[in-house]
Amino acid sequence: MPGKLKAKIVAGRHLPVMDRASDLTDAFVEVKFGNTTFKTDVYPKSLNPQWNSEWFKFEVDDEDLQDEPLQITVLDHDTYSANDAIGKVYIDIDPLLSSEAATVISGWFPIYDTIHGIRGEINVLVKVDLFNDLNRFRQSSCGVKFFCTTSIPRCYRAALVHGFVEELVVNEDPEYQWIDRIRTPRASNEARQRLISLMSGELQRKIGLKVLEMGGNAVVGYLQCFDLEGESGLVVRAIGTACTLDKLIPGSASNTNTHPNTAPASNACNSPSKEIKESPLAHGCRSSHNSPVHSACSSQRLSHSQNFSVSVPTLVFTGMGSGISVGKEAGPLKTLLRQQAQSALEQREFPFFTLTCFPPGFLVHIGGVVSARSVKLLDRIHNPDEPETRDAWWEEIRQEIKSHAKALGCHAVVGYSESTTICEEVCILSASGTAAMLNPRFMREGCLDAGGSDQRLSRQPPLGMVGSERAEGEVSSSWLGFDDASPPSCGFCHIPYDEFNMPFPAQLTYCYHCRRQKVPDVLFTTIDLPAEAAVTGKGCLIQARLCRTKKKAQGEVNATAISNLLPFMEYELHTQLMNKLKLRCMNALFGLRIQISVGENMLLGLASATGVYLSALPAPGGIQIAGKTPSDLSYDQHISTMQKRINDTIAMNKELYNIHPPECIEEVVGSPIPDRQRSRLFRSTSESSDELSELDLSHGKKDAFVLEIDDTDAVEDIQSLLTDAPMPAGFYSCNTEVMPGIYNWTSGLQMFTSVRVYRLNNANLTNQGLNKIFTDLCENLLKSLYFKLRSMIPCCLCHLNFTVAVPEEELIQVAVTAVAMSFDKETQLAADKALNKGSGENEEQLQFSMELCGESTSSNNQPTAKPSGLPESAMTHSSSRDRCSTWLELLRLKAHTIRRGSVKTSRRTQSLANSASSSERCSPLPEVRSRSLRSTRSLPCGAPVTVVKMTPLSFLPRTRIVKYLGIINMFFIRETTSLREEGGVSGFLHSFIAEVFAMVRAHVAALGGNAVVSYSMKECVFMENPNKNQAQCLINVSGDAVIFVRESDQEAIPPLITCGQTSTTGADGTT
Amino acid sequence: MSVELDVFVVNTTIMDEEVYQLWLDGYTVNDAVKVRMEGGVLEGCEASAEVLHSDTMDQYRTFQMCERLLHSPVKLANQLLFQIPPHRQVMLIERYYAFDSVFVREVLGKKLSKGTKKDLDDVSAKTGVTLKSCRRQFDNFKRVFKVVEELKGPLVENIRQHFLLSDKLARDYAAIVFFANNRFETGKKKLHYLTFQDFAFCAGQLISNWTVGALGDYNMVEDMDVDLEKEFLQDLKELKILITDRDLLDQHKSLVCTALRGKTKAFNEMEANFKNLSRGLVNIAAKLTNTKEVRDFFIDLVEKFIEPCRSDKWTAGDMRLYLTHYTNSAHVLDTFKHQVVWDRYMGVIKSCILKMYHD
Repeated sequence: MPGKLKAKIVAGRHLPVMDRASDLTDAFVEVKFGNTTFKTDVYPKSLNPQWNSEWFKFEVDDEDLQDEPLQITVLDHDTYSANDAIGKVYIDIDPLLSSEAATVISGWFPIYDTIHGIRGEINVLVKVDLFNDLNRFRQSSCGVKFFCTTSIPRCYRAALVHGFVEELVVNEDPEYQWIDRIRTPRASNEARQRLISLMSGELQRKIGLKVLEMGGNAVVGYLQCFDLEGESGLVVRAIGTACTLDKLIPGSASNTNTHPNTAPASNACNSPSKEIKESPLAHGCRSSHNSPVHSACSSQRLSHSQNFSVSVPTLVFTGMGSGISVGKEAGPLKTLLRQQAQSALEQREFPFFTLTCFPPGFLVHIGGVVSARSVKLLDRIHNPDEPETRDAWWEEIRQEIKSHAKALGCHAVVGYSESTTICEEVCILSASGTAAMLNPRFMREGCLDAGGSDQRLSRQPPLGMVGSERAEGEVSSSWLGFDDASPPSCGFCHIPYDEFNMPFPAQLTYCYHCRRQKVPDVLFTTIDLPAEAAVTGKGCLIQARLCRTKKKAQGEVNATAISNLLPFMEYELHTQLMNKLKLRCMNALFGLRIQISVGENMLLGLASATGVYLSALPAPGGIQIAGKTPSDLSYDQHISTMQKRINDTIAMNKELYNIHPPECIEEVVGSPIPDRQRSRLFRSTSESSDELSELDLSHGKKDAFVLEIDDTDAVEDIQSLLTDAPMPAGFYSCNTEVMPGIYNWTSGLQMFTSVRVYRLNNANLTNQGLNKIFTDLCENLLKSLYFKLRSMIPCCLCHLNFTVAVPEEELIQVAVTAVAMSFDKETQLAADKALNKGSGENEEQLQFSMELCGESTSSNNQPTAKPSGLPESAMTHSSSRDRCSTWLELLRLKAHTIRRGSVKTSRRTQSLANSASSSERCSPLPEVRSRSLRSTRSLPCGAPVTVVKMTPLSFLPRTRIVKYLGIINMFFIRETTSLREEGGVSGFLHSFIAEVFAMVRAHVAALGGNAVVSYSMKECVFMENPNKNQAQCLINVSGDAVIFVRESDQEAIPPLITCGQTSTTGADGTT
Repeated sequence: MSVELDVFVVNTTIMDEEVYQLWLDGYTVNDAVKVRMEGGVLEGCEASAEVLHSDTMDQYRTFQMCERLLHSPVKLANQLLFQIPPHRQVMLIERYYAFDSVFVREVLGKKLSKGTKKDLDDVSAKTGVTLKSCRRQFDNFKRVFKVVEELKGPLVENIRQHFLLSDKLARDYAAIVFFANNRFETGKKKLHYLTFQDFAFCAGQLISNWTVGALGDYNMVEDMDVDLEKEFLQDLKELKILITDRDLLDQHKSLVCTALRGKTKAFNEMEANFKNLSRGLVNIAAKLTNTKEVRDFFIDLVEKFIEPCRSDKWTAGDMRLYLTHYTNSAHVLDTFKHQVVWDRYMGVIKSCILKMYHD
């Protein structure tokens, strides 16, 4: 009995009228935890009851404390008939279990009913007394902290990063149980909410156990998802990065607390060591179908599982055919598991990091994006206690990712995430991340203490790499040599793979920054822009959108059709991204998220990323249009007009994004400018053999990225490329945490969620028609956002990630949660001017990004920062289309490289010219700036309701997070049988989302917090039946509850802060 | 392709004041979009009418959801559904409770009953204020009326505290409640030239001088500010002596005329009309015990006093001069013993007439 939970019901307010006769309510409250229930007295005839109850005490195991939520039900007493429920409050008490998080939950909670929404509020006090548990074999993991934030939380220092943790639990979905036919919708919804709350608790506890096993004390980048598999069940799964975090002491915190980048990461598992060994030599573009998992399955192919190897890395159908018994089905899986067990450690743990933001210099090299998708047929989960099937599926995918990373010469995957999309019984599992080499220097345990002794150093804290001596030795021998010399602002761009044996065709040049190492011409990643990266100009959101029709089908036919479409989609999305990137004169993508969503008769693909111009990479070539049949004059003219428009757009974009790499002729003697290389890339829709021959013929003849106009599709595509509406003046947008080129944020921010559902009215649409519609609706949504947020100008929409879904045939749903942050125009202008004056933008960018991350330490980077501004120069276009014998191979190659992330189509080389002026720009200016930051708004004082800020980012500009109070992870269902009366679907969803915000804010406020960071709406499943006047919606949100103080008044609030306590779980706890 | 669902929800609820006004004014979404387009809101934005429509819809929905809270503004401050910065809350409430002076002129002094509400379409047609807006304004009057009806204490203060209105708006509502409670006639043709602000001013005078609360007697009687003080009304009857006693009347007249002589061009008319005018004012006072007569208070003032003066072309200065001397001279009358009542009566009458004496 290691814990005592105490709850007190204080009062209610704004209750609904439950008794029509008196217009009043006789309310009482049931408080339930586990199987124990207490009741308050009935407070008669009041809408604002004052129960002021005694303390209800629950004596429970800490295991239950973690799993169970505290359930509070408000009821209306009725003498003659059954008591009517007014609504419920679920309180997750997990934050109270960690000594460093909240100590008490106290506040007003909205009383929520799944049919009526919020019905009044209730004031509750909750406390937990934990007894010391000496049981070594305990099942609980109390005290492990969870963070949604994908960087090391500010006000913590990472002593060790242990690595990847994952877990999933499955259950039957109450909505699909037989009992659901006889119970009320309310009972059913509540059963579901309760179950998911329980499952989330259980999942966190299990993950916590794994973390404890590894010796850690926290999970960072915790990502929990639900798969509503319908008939076949409910899966709750989570991934995260286990860490040992040390709390920073506030006294010394002035410049370290704001540091996001105290994040060293290391792999807990030494599995990559072998790969590292071969990495310097490994160049294999290993296609996924060669992976061991695959072959393991393919032996079973005819009977129960099947492989497809066209770029959908794994495609396994289980439960195919009607006559297959469960036992048989488990066969291949068992085999798989046995195989995996042989290399237990290696197989179970992956060198994956869900983090997207790292300390400067931590990332040695980035290989590119690795991703894997797998199409599965769902089958009922027969035994919830052994979710082997789902585990095995993910295991496969992760293996896939791992082998891709290996092929890129990388030993780790950063910015890793997993997702699913489900339509009927088909499920696509996706995983993606960025293959990377991590700095071996950070992985030596010896560095640990050095980091702790000096605050400045602790910013680049050491990493522990568990049991990885072997790897270390090898890695450092191969990399250390130049590591020390290569400036951090470009080092991560250098290729990790062997240039003579590249995993995919790419054009390499010497780094434009240091001139010592090779860099690719384009870099794709899923992580945030490293703080130390040298960037030219500003970044912008780049989206590729794609719609593909598909015949309606069932079962395996359907799955096959889908898996056949996937590679084409990936390829085309990639082409679009590349075109748009070039059109903006940029050469790298960060935060790349490719989402593919299945519907009954179509597939949607949406890729979002933030494009930037990395100074270390060659300037992108232009885009050239080539007519396929240069027949008549008017056609040529048409082409040249088009070409002009493209050129104009590029020029305009350069202006817009302030990309002014000094036009430098290839001058510097001895600069290793490679010969011009040429290539052309084909539009994906034009896959016919004659084009291919042309491809070969034209190889080496053209300078730039070439678009073939060979059919009307292509014309349309080019049109659409050009018709991407420019952002209105004063707006910028990105899907990452920070926007390169903007650093002077004000404290003004506005988080929003927007959801749109479109109905496609004409059934027989072509792919092109659909594409146009899909593109238009995304563009319109963006336009709408710009319009609605115009009062924030000048501002940047950050973390602009769209989620698409096909809820029903003919319906497309797009949801976005992002934040608009305004910045100070005056200083921005001044800075831009300074940028343009000087030759090198890099240092400026550096300052900005550091500042954004709350790091005001130019001195930290100074020694390593590039000592000079870099005039970019010299255009050389090249590209890498090498002979492909068949279009399919081309396609496959393309598709693989998408996963690998770095398809090169053209590039420029540049030469270095050192300019003396830039060293001045490395001045400690940022420090000054950040000190002079003033909050322009203050919390409205005297407001009865605590103002709670929400943001999808991990920070709030001009503030300092002083305490993390715990994770917020909430799941709500709302249903209505009076849709029209509630204002139709829009009215219904509008109020539901507003209610969800309100409940999140209330929980944060009750924990004593004033903001939610890393907020996200992970699930928004909307179903309607207008004919029956009904609708239902499920929403899952998560984030980190925090206390922040404004930078200007941090001294004023210390009483609030109780972070004097420092975790003692220390560095020695692990390794 | 059609948009089936389109929502945009923010954490800190922002509301466009212009759209809020359009909503309050009862514009439909489509009309509001038209107005906004004409207002040039799209200029400088890369936005289409579609975008504008979507934005307008979002805001209208937000307003509708807020409306319930606006009905009891105190709730707005501690509700959890919308996070609205305090200064925006103030704006929302103030605008919601604001009313059109043309509309309020129509219902001022009427019973705030269902019957009146039914006639709102006529009012709407007559005033050009949309029916929706009329209903909101009417419901606001009624809501405030109902709440303060059962409260003790000063009227303006009660309104301000329960509806979080500005002092000015709270005073206007106090006037509306006062008029509705006493059912003062304001709709007669002769009164048409009077604005709501004229009446509101008079109501303020009546409330602060003629009600129970006016005496500073704060033993918290219900309706202390809403009903005129009975005792005072009884006492007013005593003033009749000023017109029934011939000596007094003559004496009064000569005193006033002496004081006025040579100071105004309208002296002759004043002298000629003195007795009529004095009778008029004193008769109004004497009749106030009868609730029915109370309703005619303003029409009487106009008919018995203002109109004759106007036809004699008195200037506002003449009026002030006359009333001042008329009031003060009564103090010199030896046999007139009701000085206190007289002052209490004439103070209000004087300021009301001065306010009402315009074209």
